[in-house]
Amino acid sequence: METALSSLATILPLAADDSGFHAPSLADFFPPAVLFEGTPFEINRIMIVRFIATAVLLTIIILAAKRAKLVPGRGQVIIEMVMNFARKGIADEILGEKLGKKYAPVITTILFSIFFLNITGVVPFLNVAGTSVIGLPLIFALWVFFLYLIDAVRSLGVGGFLKGQLFPPGVPKFVYIVLTPVEFLQVFLLRPATLTIRLFANMMAGHLLLALCFSATSYLFFQAAGGLKVLGAVTLAGGFAFYLLEIFVAALQAYVFAILTAVYLQMALEPEH
Amino acid sequence: MISGTIAGLLTAAEEAETPNPLLPETYDIVWSLFIVIILGVVFLKYALPKIQAVLDERTELVEGGLAKAEAAQAEAAAAKDEYQQQLTEARTEAARIREEARAEGTAIVAESRTRATAEAARIVENAQRQIDAERQQASVSLRNEVGELATELASKIVGESLADEARRSRVVERFLDELEASTAADAGKGN
Repeated sequence: METALSSLATILPLAADDSGFHAPSLADFFPPAVLFEGTPFEINRIMIVRFIATAVLLTIIILAAKRAKLVPGRGQVIIEMVMNFARKGIADEILGEKLGKKYAPVITTILFSIFFLNITGVVPFLNVAGTSVIGLPLIFALWVFFLYLIDAVRSLGVGGFLKGQLFPPGVPKFVYIVLTPVEFLQVFLLRPATLTIRLFANMMAGHLLLALCFSATSYLFFQAAGGLKVLGAVTLAGGFAFYLLEIFVAALQAYVFAILTAVYLQMALEPEH
Repeated sequence: MISGTIAGLLTAAEEAETPNPLLPETYDIVWSLFIVIILGVVFLKYALPKIQAVLDERTELVEGGLAKAEAAQAEAAAAKDEYQQQLTEARTEAARIREEARAEGTAIVAESRTRATAEAARIVENAQRQIDAERQQASVSLRNEVGELATELASKIVGESLADEARRSRVVERFLDELEASTAADAGKGN
């Protein structure tokens, strides 16, 4: 990924002279502060986008809860469908009936929250995913991390948990020399880290792609010489295609995060399987 | 491996003079934590339990309704069975009664016929007997009367009193025989 980012940075400056082509860059994810600059409560554009997504999601879910009826309206049906999917399609499927019932609310929360914070990337005027800066994916991943860590230690004890995770049964003893360090890394570092990076990198890359396509279109249409204007149509079509793709990715990444939450919980709580 | 990547990104970031995207800013963490906590609390403590309660209630209602419908159906089926059974019983009963009535009717007719036959026979016999008796009586009285008449007539004609009982009886017998013989001869002639 780093090579991709740096190659972007090397390609783009070719066009980035006075002609007005604004290439997207990593600086997009660290916009200037709007409020409280330099404090731990600094608020910039992306933070505001997150607040908006959060406020919208909270409004929707609180209204849905307040108005929840036995005979559901259209809005309630959609929310129930997602809840049902998180419960039956993810939690019960992976964790089984009993654990699934216990963890379905967490998985549902994660699915809804990450989707709403992802989808801002394709909402006009917001134009950036709330999850495209690492802090939010990291906090979600840490939530999952501590959830499986604490619940597994609670139900299996420290020894039971470590034995189940680091010394998986059914393997010849000498394999543990290699396996145990790998498993240790898996449980304590790689699982939360991959959760974080997968989400944040996907959303970041999506934003860069969209921004690149649309700023190139704008440049080609309004500033490039005659023949090059045709290329603008190509970049516009590309931008549209990536836009649709990003909607899909926003949902897919929310689903992946939710399903991996269930998988990691299952691995931690039922190591023998 | 990760640390290598981070280090690589760090140097890349320094060169490009943009922040390293893998290292979160303090404010990023603070606000992310804020958002996740709020979302978590609202979802887990308020919204999801409430919606789930409604969902559970609905499931219960639907299942209750189904169970009720099933019970009603079973009841209806039982009632129908019972009705069918009663109907069958009633039909059997009716058939039995009809059969009995027919048998009884046949018996009554046969008995009546027997009785009537007996009665007729009895009546015929009585009549016969009466006829016999009357004929006998007629014959006896006729015989007496004819005897007296003949005797009287004969005594008048002969002028001789046939006081002697034995003689008179003999004369009457002879007269009657003659009379009978002449009647038979008349009858043979007449024929």
